[in-house]
Amino acid sequence: MSAQDKRKHIFMLSALAVGMFGFAFAMVPLYNVFCEITGLNGKTAAQAALIEEVNRSISPVDREVRIEFLASVARGMPWEFRPLQNELTVRPGEMNTTTFYVRNRANKTVTGQAVPSVSPGQAALYLKKIECFCFEQQELPAGGELEMGVSFFVDADLPANINELTLSYTMFLVGEIGAEKIASHHE
Amino acid sequence: MVADAETVQKLRHPVLAFAARWLFTTNHKEIGSLYLWLSFTLFFIAGGMAMFMRLELFEPGIQFIDPLYYNQILTLHGLVMVFGVVMPAFVGLANWMIPLMIGAPDMALPRLNNFSFWILPFAFAMLLSTLFMEGGAPNFGWTFYAPLSTTYGPPSTDFFILGVHMMGISSIMGAINIIVTIVNLRAPGMKYMQMPLFVWTWFITAFLLIMVMPVLAGVVTMMLTDRHFGTSFFQAAGGGDPVLFQHIFWFFGHPEVYILILPGFGIASQIIPTFARKKLFGYHSMVYATIAIAALSFVVWGHHMFTTGMPLFAQMFIMYATMLIAVPTGVKVFNWVATMWGGSMTFETPMLFAIGFVMMFTIGGFSGVMLALVPADIQYHDTYFVVAHFHYVLYPGAIFGTMAAVYYWLPKWCGHMYDERLGKIHFWAATIAVNLTFFPMHFTGLAGMPRRIPDYSLQFTDFNMMSSIGSWLLGLTQIFFLYIVIKTIRGGAKATDQVWEGAEGLEWTIPSPAPLHTFETPPVITDGHK
Repeated sequence: MSAQDKRKHIFMLSALAVGMFGFAFAMVPLYNVFCEITGLNGKTAAQAALIEEVNRSISPVDREVRIEFLASVARGMPWEFRPLQNELTVRPGEMNTTTFYVRNRANKTVTGQAVPSVSPGQAALYLKKIECFCFEQQELPAGGELEMGVSFFVDADLPANINELTLSYTMFLVGEIGAEKIASHHE
Repeated sequence: MVADAETVQKLRHPVLAFAARWLFTTNHKEIGSLYLWLSFTLFFIAGGMAMFMRLELFEPGIQFIDPLYYNQILTLHGLVMVFGVVMPAFVGLANWMIPLMIGAPDMALPRLNNFSFWILPFAFAMLLSTLFMEGGAPNFGWTFYAPLSTTYGPPSTDFFILGVHMMGISSIMGAINIIVTIVNLRAPGMKYMQMPLFVWTWFITAFLLIMVMPVLAGVVTMMLTDRHFGTSFFQAAGGGDPVLFQHIFWFFGHPEVYILILPGFGIASQIIPTFARKKLFGYHSMVYATIAIAALSFVVWGHHMFTTGMPLFAQMFIMYATMLIAVPTGVKVFNWVATMWGGSMTFETPMLFAIGFVMMFTIGGFSGVMLALVPADIQYHDTYFVVAHFHYVLYPGAIFGTMAAVYYWLPKWCGHMYDERLGKIHFWAATIAVNLTFFPMHFTGLAGMPRRIPDYSLQFTDFNMMSSIGSWLLGLTQIFFLYIVIKTIRGGAKATDQVWEGAEGLEWTIPSPAPLHTFETPPVITDGHK
């Protein structure tokens, strides 16, 4: 063995270790891309559907799908949050609107962020939102209340085996006035 | 700082000299012993926690332990057993035996070796000190799923994170050292396909370590920044995803379980040919099977997450890939059996432990195949069936493997034969106790008893009482093992150089006890050494 060989091997193995440390972080964007492509985990797109997509898909088909709406608040969130309609029967390819109600029960101004999830996971790809309160944060003064709309359609390509789906929102505490704002990198 | 004999002699005070010798040693045999003693010490600490949990589980209801404290010792039991007992024990054996088996004078990077070891006592002191902190020790299980460990973890979680970082650095440096040693320091003429299987399995294990320990370091770093620096890797409110944690963790976690067993495969492959007095059957297939197991371990992490919701295709792929692992593992088991077949076998203690390893590891392997089936796994998930499965592969697998290795090489290390009668008593008592402890868990698990809960329904009482009694017996047998080891170090019949009649390999050509420095002149390799 030459000392040079040994140094070369140590260098290569250390580089492998550093590379794998980097790979752990690379898994974060990889995972998000993967979820968006496959709808894994019930993740819906974080942005409004594109206009081309809408034009392509808006063509009601003769089929009915039941959608249930759920709303819950994360721990520490002092809001009341519920859907005004518990369920809706819709036709794929048809535009729909529903409304959620929210009220701040705390005696201070609170900011919240709703995060959507669709179940079953495969259906996430086919639920397209045109407008949603989950695209932005809400700020409510003490005791303030709000009715928030969601405009969406179910893609006409929804697989035939899915006849019921659930759209659920969890409202998370983002910050309170007076308290330090929690940084958020919501895209 | 090098601890040659002169430096040590210059320190006149015996305590200082003793401390200097062990603190500054760069000798692979001394560092190997340090690793083994650390592992042994932590084995009793983490084992004590297990017996404490079994005390609470002896009867339904809450009798002795506050559930919050139960969660803490459950977490530390897992962490210490995985990172503090099994891994250091195997690294210790690697330190002792790899240079002797390949005819090297020492490890390639002796000072790094010293550093890798001496990080560990501090890492574990820090981890165990969390038990005495305000808010208690980490209480989220050894898998530390987010957000349980980020948003809801106790303040001591940060000590846990730093401890994991230190263990990871130690493991990575140790693995680099082992690979560089094997690649560069083999005796002239020793080809890769002539290396003993213990060396081969460790070579592959070291690559696994270098590839996955940094991923573990990455995931705990994300936890740290989520906890304190405002990132949201695992927080849905900030655009992150808790399930992502499980993906990254198990990308580390699944190869990790092979890190915990592959060196054990190597040990069985050394011991069985010795006592069957035959060459190992299928040497090449053993090497390729080990490589296949290691490669497959990177694509099956999802089988820990079947219940988190996954596309059907992913579930199917992971299910079949997982079941495929049974093929190379089966190759190994059949090779061991074929090695014994028609051999003139004797049943000294190392052989008993090795055969126990093969048989009971196979039971754990079969329950693993059952868990790989998606429809069945949804039923078994988070029940005691899982606990039974991984304790069968770890206790009669990794731990029995280590014990077999200690009995096998102890005469070479200290120059004395252990007491064969006591060794056999130890084996049989441990085998009865390990089955009494873990076998009933299969039944309670299939009947739906959830894991990680300090209380249970009345119908599980009998099986739990059996498990508890078994666990205390098991604890006693390991104290007996400590007695046997100390007795052997202090005296006993003189061991010959070859120690075992059927033993082959370079480590048996040097005197017993092995002198501090060996193979300063490389040995000559003829065809015989495998």
